[in-house]
Amino acid sequence: MGETFVFWVLAVVSVIAALGLVFSRKAVYSALMLGVVMLSLAVLYAVQDAPFLAVVQIIVYTGAVMMLFLFVLMMVGVDSSDSLVETIKGQRFWAVLAGLGFAVLLALGIGNAFIGPAKGLAAYPQNVPSLAELIFTRHVFAFEVTSALLITAALGAVVLAHRERLTPKLTQRDLARQRFKEFARTGRNPAPLPGPGTYARHNAIDKPALLPDGSIAAQSVNRYVARYEKAEGTLPPEVAQALESDSEALELEKE
Amino acid sequence: MTTHYLVLSALLFAIGGVGVLVRRNAIVVFMCVELMLNACNLAFVTFARQHGNLDGQVIAFFVMIVAAAEVVVGLAIIVTIFRTRRSASVDDANLLKY
Repeated sequence: MGETFVFWVLAVVSVIAALGLVFSRKAVYSALMLGVVMLSLAVLYAVQDAPFLAVVQIIVYTGAVMMLFLFVLMMVGVDSSDSLVETIKGQRFWAVLAGLGFAVLLALGIGNAFIGPAKGLAAYPQNVPSLAELIFTRHVFAFEVTSALLITAALGAVVLAHRERLTPKLTQRDLARQRFKEFARTGRNPAPLPGPGTYARHNAIDKPALLPDGSIAAQSVNRYVARYEKAEGTLPPEVAQALESDSEALELEKE
Repeated sequence: MTTHYLVLSALLFAIGGVGVLVRRNAIVVFMCVELMLNACNLAFVTFARQHGNLDGQVIAFFVMIVAAAEVVVGLAIIVTIFRTRRSASVDDANLLKY
């Protein structure tokens, strides 16, 4: 009875989370949804007399793999969301149709198969020692090979992610020289950007700095906050105007 | 109960497959592949209990190991592609097509 209850709750949660993984626009939400699916699967393993696999699932998947995913997401850029333009015409429609058909086909096949009552794992009262016995006797060669696989994968990742520095590292002197050359060429301000809130009534990060004449210093507008507020529609009109009239700030926003 | 678990596993597998077909971001595609692997693991564990035999759990364990190795290499490849092309979209990596 308890198992049935756990199954239905977790089945609903995991299917909804899996759908969220596929259909959420932001990659970070997808990652979190995948974490939910993995955790509920871990509980399902525990319910099905596989406590060792449940623990391994949590440690390896929700611990290591998900962390790696989030790490790479942060590196590659969180806001690199999918474009909605279809490169192949009708691809989404046919993909969803094929997926639905596949799911229905599999479910019907499983539903029609004769599956007797489960034998259960009562013959193996202790999960971990029994698994260890199997892994280190019958599957010992495969187990040893996986160690070679893991080492190869780790080495491969190191080699793939390694980058040789082709140009010498820029020192502070080079950077300053570059800034002033830029100033001579385009007149771009060589000084640091003004901080938010200078001469302003609020000392908050989302409040632009005011120039002595009371107008808004467009360069002080935090571009991440401005981008967010533009998407939310809460960007104050005077800030938007200042941003539009200032070409350098626009350039910054494009970066 | 076995049928229920297998149907859930089939559903998760199909959802993962749709994700691989629909999404463009390489990392999300990769996550969908992981979802499919997890669905297969659920089927393995279910069959282990159905047949009263721990071999299914051992195979699921090996699948987890291989998946971990695959994630490491795959993400390294994605990072490398992103570094050279400034994009993680699978549509942009099409040099092999021509």
